[in-house]
Amino acid sequence: MAGEMPFEAPLVEMRKKIEELQQFGAEKGIDFSEEIARLEDRYRQLEEEVYSNLSPSQKMHLARHHQRPTSLDLIGLIFTDFVELHGDRMFGDDLAVVGGLAKLNGVPVTVVGQQRGKDTKDNIARFFGSPHPEGFRKALRLMHQANKFGRPIITLIDTKGAYPGSTAEERGQSEAIARNLKEMALLRVPVICVVIGEGGSGGALALGVGNRVLMLENSIYSAISPNGAASILWKDASKADQAAEAMKITAKDLLEMEVIEEIVPEPRGGAHRSYEETASAIKEALIRSLEDLSALTADELLEQRYAKFRKIGKFADK
Amino acid sequence: MFKDLFQKKRKYATIPSERVGQGRSDEAGERPKREIPEGLMNKCPKCGSIQYSKELEKNFKVCSNCGYHMRLNAMERIRYTVDEDSFTEFDENLESLDPLEFPGYASKLDQQKLKSGLKEAVVTGQGLIGGFPAVLAVMSFDFFTGSMGSVVGEKITRAIEVATEKDLPLIIFSTSGGARMQESILSLMQMAKTSAALARFHERGGLYISVITDPTTGGVSASFAMLGDIIIAEPGAIFGFAGRIVIEQTIRQKLPDDFQTAEFNLQHGQLDLVSHRKDLKATLSKLLDLHGVKGGTAIGG
Repeated sequence: MAGEMPFEAPLVEMRKKIEELQQFGAEKGIDFSEEIARLEDRYRQLEEEVYSNLSPSQKMHLARHHQRPTSLDLIGLIFTDFVELHGDRMFGDDLAVVGGLAKLNGVPVTVVGQQRGKDTKDNIARFFGSPHPEGFRKALRLMHQANKFGRPIITLIDTKGAYPGSTAEERGQSEAIARNLKEMALLRVPVICVVIGEGGSGGALALGVGNRVLMLENSIYSAISPNGAASILWKDASKADQAAEAMKITAKDLLEMEVIEEIVPEPRGGAHRSYEETASAIKEALIRSLEDLSALTADELLEQRYAKFRKIGKFADK
Repeated sequence: MFKDLFQKKRKYATIPSERVGQGRSDEAGERPKREIPEGLMNKCPKCGSIQYSKELEKNFKVCSNCGYHMRLNAMERIRYTVDEDSFTEFDENLESLDPLEFPGYASKLDQQKLKSGLKEAVVTGQGLIGGFPAVLAVMSFDFFTGSMGSVVGEKITRAIEVATEKDLPLIIFSTSGGARMQESILSLMQMAKTSAALARFHERGGLYISVITDPTTGGVSASFAMLGDIIIAEPGAIFGFAGRIVIEQTIRQKLPDDFQTAEFNLQHGQLDLVSHRKDLKATLSKLLDLHGVKGGTAIGG
C-alpha cells in the first residue's frame, strides 16, 4: 500500500505482521499457512471496519489525498477521443481548468473540470487547482460552445476554491463566478456535474449548476473549507477536523439534504487505490444519467435544473 | 502616516460610552471593530471625528470630515431610498432554522435578532423611488455580518420572482461577509438559486440595478451582486470575492490601502459607477426613468 492515511495505521501494522510471518516461515521452512489465512481473514474484517465507518474528517483527508485521481486522469479513462481546448479568448489560458471535446460511450460531449497538479511544479503552474477568472471564463466558453452544437456537458469538480489572490480580484473573480452561475442556468443541453475530490465554495459551484450533481463516495462539498470555517469560528485552522464533522460535507450528507442526486462508489480505501475502478464507476453513472436526461426537451431541461436549485434551503415561514 | 496621527488623537476623545455589551462580531468584516455609540454624539469609525447624531443623520450617515459611508441597517437604507410610506414588505416572517444542528447557531441567531432588530439579514419588498415603482432587496450587515443562508437566498429569489411576474425593475442593495457557514452547503446553493432566478428575470428583459455597499464579499459578491445590468457602489465600499487577509496570506505581500474599494473596482472595470449616498436616490430615479419605467415625479421630461 502506498500513501496510507493515519487512520489506516492498524491495517498497515497487520499487513506488516502477515508479511513478517510469511518471510519467517519461508526462511525457517515452517508452514504457517493456517495462521496466515486466519490473519488474512482478520485483516479483511478490520478493513471492513475501517473503511465502512469513515468519519467526515477522514473522508476529507481522502478527498485531498495527493494520489487521488485528477480530472485529466479520469478524463483519459472515462472518455475516448479527448481533444483539449484552451483559453478564455480574453486574457489567458488558466491551467487550473481543463476542458475540451470527447466521446462518452461514443457520444460527443464537452467536458470541463478543475485540475490539480500531479507534483509541485505542476501544482504551481495550475495554482493547486484554484481557478482565476480566466479559468471560469474558459469553462463558460466551452459550455457555450457545447450549447451551440447541442452537446451534453460533463463537469468534474475538484478545487479548494477560487484562487484568492489580488490578480484574480482585479480581473473580476466575483463577476466570473456569478456569470457562470447565471449562464449555466440557461444552458439548453444536459449538464451533469461530478464532484471527484474537493468541492470548495464558489469556485466549485461555478462548474456545478447541473441537471444532475453526482459525488464520488469520499469527496466533500461545502460553502467554505473546513480549515477556513475553523479559523473563523475558533480562530484556529488546525481544528479543521472538528469543523468537518459539524459542517455536513460528505456525499451522504448532501444526498440526504437533496443537494445531490447520486453517490458514485469508490474502490475500497479510496479513489487513489484504483483509477480504473473509479473511472468505470463514474462512466457507468454518467451514461445512465445522460440516458435519463436525453428524454427531456431543452425547455424541460431548463425547468428541471431551475426546480432542482429553487427548492434548496431550509427555513420557517411563521 | 496620517492614519497613525488619527489613531493617537483617538485616545484623547471622550465620548458617551455605550460600547460595552454591544459587541458586534464582524466575522468576515474587513474593518476594525469599533462601535458607534447611540445618543447625542457619534464617532466616525474611520477617522474618529466626533459629530452630532442629528447632523450625521442629515448627512445620510456619511462622515462630514472624511466622507466615510457608515454601514446602514436595512431599515435605515429603506428610509433613505424609498419614498415615504410607499414600502410594502414581502415575506417578513421567513426565519432561519438550524438545519445542520450546527454548534451555537441557534443561540447566535437569537443574538443577531436582538442586535439588529431584524429577523434576517435581508429585507425585501416593493416601493417607490422618486415615484418609480421597484422591487427591492436590502441587506443588513448588522445581522450576522449579512451572511447568506437559506432565508436570505429564499427571500431574494422570491423578490426576483415577483419582479419577473409583475414586470417591475429590481434593485438589490448588497452587503455581506459571504456564506452563512453554519448552513454550509445549503448556504452555498443560494448562490445558484438566486443567480438562476436572475437568469430568468434577465431573459424576460427585466432591469436589475445592483447597489454594492460596504462590505460585499464572498458568495454574495460572486452571485447576485455582480449580475446587475447596472452596478453601482458607494464610495469606499469594500467589494471583492476573497477577503484581504486571505489574499495577503496567499500572495505573501501587503496590499495597497485602496485594494478592493469601490474606486479600485471602478478602475478595474468591475463597476458602472460610484455614487455618493446623498446622490444615490436621484441616480436610481434617473436610471429608472431612462429605462422607461412608468411613474416618477422627480425627473422632468
